[in-house]
Amino acid sequence: MHMFGILLRLAWRNLWRNHRRTLIMLLAIVLGTWAMIFMTALMRGMVSQMVADGISVLPGHVQVHHPDYRDDPSIANLIAISDEELSERFGSSADFLAWATRIRVPAVITSEYESRGVTLLGVDPLQERGLTFVDYDAVEGRFLESADDTGVVIGRKLATTLNTKVGKRIVLMSQDPENEIADRGFRVVGLFDANVQAYEEAYVFAGKTTIQKMLRVGDQVSELFVLGDDFRDVEAEYNKTVELIDGRAEVKRWIELDAYLGTMLSVMDGFVLVWIVVIFLALSFGLVNTLVMAVFERVREIGLMLALGMRPIYILGQIIVESLLLLAIGLAIGTALAWAAVQPMKDGVDLSIVGEGMEMWGMSSVLYPELLLSDVILANVVVLVLGFLASLSPAWRAAQYEPIEAITKV
Amino acid sequence: MTAVRCIDLCRTYRQGDEDIKALDHVSIEIEQGGFVCLSAPSGGGKTTLLNAIGGLDKPDSGEVYIAGQRIDNLSKGELAELRLRQIGFVFQAFNLIPVLTARENVEFVMQVQGVAASERQKRAVEILEEVGLAGLDDRRPSDMSGGQQQRVAVARAIVSRPALVLADEPTANLDSKTSDGLMELFRALNDHHNTTFVIATHDKRVMSYAKRLVRMLDGQIVEDIEQDAA
Repeated sequence: MHMFGILLRLAWRNLWRNHRRTLIMLLAIVLGTWAMIFMTALMRGMVSQMVADGISVLPGHVQVHHPDYRDDPSIANLIAISDEELSERFGSSADFLAWATRIRVPAVITSEYESRGVTLLGVDPLQERGLTFVDYDAVEGRFLESADDTGVVIGRKLATTLNTKVGKRIVLMSQDPENEIADRGFRVVGLFDANVQAYEEAYVFAGKTTIQKMLRVGDQVSELFVLGDDFRDVEAEYNKTVELIDGRAEVKRWIELDAYLGTMLSVMDGFVLVWIVVIFLALSFGLVNTLVMAVFERVREIGLMLALGMRPIYILGQIIVESLLLLAIGLAIGTALAWAAVQPMKDGVDLSIVGEGMEMWGMSSVLYPELLLSDVILANVVVLVLGFLASLSPAWRAAQYEPIEAITKV
Repeated sequence: MTAVRCIDLCRTYRQGDEDIKALDHVSIEIEQGGFVCLSAPSGGGKTTLLNAIGGLDKPDSGEVYIAGQRIDNLSKGELAELRLRQIGFVFQAFNLIPVLTARENVEFVMQVQGVAASERQKRAVEILEEVGLAGLDDRRPSDMSGGQQQRVAVARAIVSRPALVLADEPTANLDSKTSDGLMELFRALNDHHNTTFVIATHDKRVMSYAKRLVRMLDGQIVEDIEQDAA
């Protein structure tokens, strides 16, 4: 332990012997660390937003369907669980943030000018508040007020396509379980905006009870969805739902329903590691070069310390401590800068200028960087560990000097 | 008690196409408390012999003993420990650690030895006073003259009271007054603490302080005489 003090002192002072070289290397480490953490936060934000958007369309972290619904998402495959029964079973569970049921069927919407194929969502607006991608308060006109509301809420882009607006009437047409046409006229009561414009064209919201009546399905629903507090870990919600449904329907995690989004998350984890390692590799050339130069310039001193009785292992330690000090300072500043850079973006970065390109990838045009502690720790640990390994070679060479050869080196 | 014993040491260096015999079957014995000057012209072998005694260089053949312990077959780590605990070095050039102050340079060996901070600071300040550098504790080597730096190196060599001090041209960069002061300090340590000194020099003034003068030429001892020191 007594050696650590002298190693630290020597390492620290040697670090600042050549200010310019140290500062240049430090700048490289700071920029590298900043890029590792800041870019990772942006990428995490993109992927999380993509997943969150995806989950808000297929809402909930756990979903319950008829076993055949996924193969044939039609009116024929509904589940017969009433809201009253669900309230009894799910209502008091502390495992869920929220739950809701929906009718979800393909339909055709017709205005006086145009027709379009859409996904008709029969919802209970009180159950769904805050769960879907539609912000009730931002709707032009109003959102649905109850499950038996007789109005519809459509996307702004669909309204433009249909050449309709709030207050106008449209007709929704679908099939009932007997394969008979089921249709009904509705008044447009609201227009919603979505981060992904494709959603504005694809989804139409109507009262769940109204749609159940129109389709003549009683109180059956297409799906039940359950929301937990973190889409990355839904096991508790899944297990509880399986227990409560008790084999009466098929229970799936969101990741099973949308394998693409699930894969994105795991690919992202791997990508972050690769990204960090690639940046480090670029840094390591500079780091090793700095250490080699530092050792080369101090051959006589190293020889002197060996001659005076310092063991080679402490020479090795001194060079490694020097390297780790440099890395630690760079990491601290780089991490702080990355954190500071993310703060002003917390409320989102508007990327609408490239919005259409983003939508092709299922991303919204507003990006919210996501700075995860685990990513910060990963970047710091990877740099320190790999930095340590990269320092071993020059440090080892320094420790192998013969004292008398080193001391007489010109 | 024998402080240093060398038996039939040989050391050959390759210089270009030529083999240089730096030590040619050298044997020497130095008693504890000896004050020996090795004198030789450049290339005579005195520094090579000093390095072999200090465990800084391994002879091609022969044996070296320090305080009865054979050292020419020790590992790097064992030699480092021996140098740390038993030998003080003063090298020809100033050889201070530039990033440490005068006091920290003097403390360096003690710190590696594991001496407590308060004790080593006290001893460092005392020894710096003893070598005439009181008040210069916090100066870096670059802020000191050559003579001052050499005195710091001497202070470092003797501060932990080693049994043996090896000095290679310790006065090479000093003026005569400073040289005399340094040699008197060596003699005082030799007299009062029975520290053994082996000094490689071709400075006659330094030789005059020696109790024993060993002359070398072409890697061989050609004269070994006891003398009355100054």
